Amino acid sequence: MSTPSRVELTEMGAAHIAASAARQATWRRLLRLRWGVGAAVVLLLIIASATVAPLIAPYDPLAVDIRHRLSPPAWMDRGTAEHLLGTDQVGRDLLARMIYGGRVSLVVGVAAVIISATIGVLLGLSAGYFGGNTDWTIMTLINVMLTFPFVLLALAVIAVLGPNLVNMIIVLGVAGWPIYARVVRAETLAIREREFVLAGRALGMGHVRLVFRQIVPNLVSTIVVIATLQVAQVIILESFLSFLGLGVQPPTPAWGNMLGEGRVYMLNSWWIATFPGLAIFVTTLVINLMGNALRDWLDPHLKL
Amino acid sequence: MRRYIARQLVQLVVVVFGISLLAFAILHVLGDPVLLLLPQNAGKEEFERYRHLLGLDRPIYVQYWKFVSRAVLGDFGKSWYADTPAFSLVLERMPPTIYLTLSGLVVALVIALPLGTVAALRRHSWVDSLCTAVAVAGQAAPIFWLGIMLIIVFSVRLRLLPASGYGTWQNFLMPAFCLGAALAPITMRLVRSGVIEVMNMEFIKTARAKGLAEGRVVVKHAFRNACIPVITVLGLQFGQLLGGAIITETIFAWPGVATLTVESIRNQDFPVVQCAVVLLALLIVTVNLLVDVVVGLIDPRIRAS
Repeated sequence: MSTPSRVELTEMGAAHIAASAARQATWRRLLRLRWGVGAAVVLLLIIASATVAPLIAPYDPLAVDIRHRLSPPAWMDRGTAEHLLGTDQVGRDLLARMIYGGRVSLVVGVAAVIISATIGVLLGLSAGYFGGNTDWTIMTLINVMLTFPFVLLALAVIAVLGPNLVNMIIVLGVAGWPIYARVVRAETLAIREREFVLAGRALGMGHVRLVFRQIVPNLVSTIVVIATLQVAQVIILESFLSFLGLGVQPPTPAWGNMLGEGRVYMLNSWWIATFPGLAIFVTTLVINLMGNALRDWLDPHLKL
Repeated sequence: MRRYIARQLVQLVVVVFGISLLAFAILHVLGDPVLLLLPQNAGKEEFERYRHLLGLDRPIYVQYWKFVSRAVLGDFGKSWYADTPAFSLVLERMPPTIYLTLSGLVVALVIALPLGTVAALRRHSWVDSLCTAVAVAGQAAPIFWLGIMLIIVFSVRLRLLPASGYGTWQNFLMPAFCLGAALAPITMRLVRSGVIEVMNMEFIKTARAKGLAEGRVVVKHAFRNACIPVITVLGLQFGQLLGGAIITETIFAWPGVATLTVESIRNQDFPVVQCAVVLLALLIVTVNLLVDVVVGLIDPRIRAS
């Protein structure tokens, strides 16, 4: 290998400086997004605790402790140190149930979002890329879906299919696609006419290759941002369905059905309804914060 | 203007058609009404007889046509549970839902208009940061949890407000606040960005150059123009607002359409569910149409595009 020439050395130096400047800029931006990073850490903690629930939960979430029915959190009068956040109407430990309950929300949230993102992106791409009648049909479908309250649709479909975890994932997944489709369609319309896509077409690329190799890579950050924010929405809806008794069925702990059970006892035992709700609130809050930070970082022009 | 309204009307028809298809499909494609109506131990002939009786052995498009041609006349069949026409059952419950939705809208505007405007005029001040924080928190708080917390604090602890019921103004306070709080964050963001955009425009400079007082510039010139996107988005969000009302109703046992729908779903009373779905959809598209027309009247630029 010959020694690099002066020109090459200068170029390498310039590249090095540019790279480190870019790295610094990235760090600066990350620092500016410290809220997002903080939120991500909290979210990771929630995910981790749900994953290793059997290891960290103080009790079995279904274990009944009849001596300590409806006992308040440990720091209150009559509270016991055995049950940090108190117990529910049959003496099940609330902390343990909350740690386990996170599993349902996270699984439903992520699974439903994957389904709706897949449907929405495919439909949005077809509408934006092909235009014409395809576009009209898909846009009409989007309008119908967006007009109608998601909650009512989910309620009605669950009522027919029967309430359980899988049906809930399917319903929330199938009902949630329009937002992806709308954004992806708009972006596709803009990208379709850009030079690199025209060049691809001139080179004789087929539709599939053009769409997935030339257009989709430009949409990834947008889709990631929407999907993140949608996880929070799905978690709230899932909790609501479970809250009404149309989601995950008791005794399986889910934040929503814990809240629903706690509502019956809210006259005397406020903690049963309060803590699961707080869990939903904190989870959706950190997901939203993270989603907003992701948007500022990846796709500052995206308006949601 | 006439063409503009005509175009919106065509869209309305298409959307209503789509919703009717959806409402029909929920029962007839996803489920089997006979299976839901008859006890599980009914014999095979019994099932067949019922299927024929209800016309379910005929082709699906014939069934759909029957459903639509009756629905247009307001006939959604009798409730399987209460033996009254589903239509009158749903219609009776409509006013409370509409009142709740409107009062939620008012609360949202009362919170969002001043806060959003102040946040826009004092950008990056502590007011702005506070508004952002409240908005982010408000968006994350599930309505049904907020409602329960309100009941625990104001009804159970302080004994100030009734936890449920309908009729007096006290009954309205918590549900309206609950729904308004859910809608306020997005409204506030819209007002803020609207005012920021308008304040940079030429006519604001003109107004200032004329020597108008700043308060007058903000209220008469900026605020009015900033309202257009707010009206549009709120109108289009009416469906979501109604979705929020559905959740709120179930918390406060509000005697509206949503409580009825949830009850009917529990009882598997599908004529009522279908009727509620179609009527709510009709209400939503009508409101959307009205909003489009109103916005078109306010802002000629939209009409032209």
